[in-house]
Amino acid sequence: MEDFYKIMSDTAERITQIIINILGVEEDKIVPSANFREDLDADSLDLVELIMAFEEEFGGEISDEEAQKITTVGEAITYVDTHMR
Amino acid sequence: MGLLENKTALVFGLANSHSIAWGITQALHREGAKIGISYAGPMLEKRVKPLAQEVGADFVEECDVSSDEALDRVFDEAAKRLGKIDILIHSVAFANREELQGKYYETSREGFKTALDISCYSFVAMVRRAIPLFNPDASCLTVSYYGAVKAVPSYNVMGVAKAALEASVRYLAADMGPLGYRVNAISAGPIKTLAAAGVTGFKKMYSGFAEVAPLRRNVTQDDVGNAAVYLSSDWARGTTGEVHYVDSGYNVIGMSIGE
Ligand SMILES: NC(=O)c1ccc[n+]([C@@H]2O[C@H](COP(=O)([O-])OP(=O)(O)OC[C@H]3O[C@@H](n4cnc5c(N)ncnc54)[C@H](O)[C@@H]3O)[C@@H](O)[C@H]2O)c1
Repeated sequence: MEDFYKIMSDTAERITQIIINILGVEEDKIVPSANFREDLDADSLDLVELIMAFEEEFGGEISDEEAQKITTVGEAITYVDTHMR
Repeated sequence: MGLLENKTALVFGLANSHSIAWGITQALHREGAKIGISYAGPMLEKRVKPLAQEVGADFVEECDVSSDEALDRVFDEAAKRLGKIDILIHSVAFANREELQGKYYETSREGFKTALDISCYSFVAMVRRAIPLFNPDASCLTVSYYGAVKAVPSYNVMGVAKAALEASVRYLAADMGPLGYRVNAISAGPIKTLAAAGVTGFKKMYSGFAEVAPLRRNVTQDDVGNAAVYLSSDWARGTTGEVHYVDSGYNVIGMSIGE
């Protein structure tokens, strides 16, 4: 896990910050495999807020269908890296 | 000195920091109004409480506006704890997601009732209960959208609810005018909020809007908040029954052929 932070990309760092702000969870819980609902206790409004915050931070659009597929921290990072950067 | 010094406002419709109600609340607070807040339900508590604190609001009460009992309770409580009210803000709307896509004629009877109940009737129900609490020159304000007067893709039953809401503004203004109370609406351009996220294709509407609107930009929750200050203040004493557009001028454009 320490390695994850050492090599954490700029995207991962910014996404981590957004998750801390919106979900108010401890930073060490935010790992790629963490599921927003199950591991980070996000409710449905949190998920909408997260998507809105990613769009704002990275300046793009995430369609509803694509948003449905983003269920973990890792999926969010991958999505942003491949579609929004 | 602020424009709303010594006034008390009761705000319905705060969900999170993106809410139009938050833009309005911050602007009213900045101008010196004392703030009371009502929010929909437990799911919002963790979002609303910190915001309430930011504007020094002690009155933060849950109320599902589709329930007469819940409305009775919150206005009883307001009478006890806020005393008299000068400003009532209604920034509430709801329709099932299924109704905010596809064809309007697919709207179900239940879906129609729900949308009209929460998005329109709730304003009437609030105003009725607020009258005994009003100070002279009190002002009521609701938030509408252009889909009330023109057909907008996917907006469907919500457009019909907004049409009913804007008509209600006129009837309420006629009712309340002799008492010296005013009733107006702000028709806002698209803003990224939780409610907007439920409208299919909203993102396209949002970016398309800024390309066409005379001011070539989207409006912000602060734009709406500042207009709400004016309409709620004594500067607007001569204005009631009005739908005031805060939409970068979008509604005056008849056709766009690009640049
Ligand atoms: N966002 C836009 O693009 C836009 C444009 C024009 C008008 N509006 C209108 O502005 C108003 C505020 O919406 P918003 O965009 O700020 O989104 P929002 O989601 O922040 O606000 C909608 C509010 O309605 C409340 N609500 C829904 N059902 C309720 C119920 N049964 N009891 C109590 N409260 C209930 C929600 O809790 C929420 O606080 C709505 O009337 C909306 O139609 C929005």
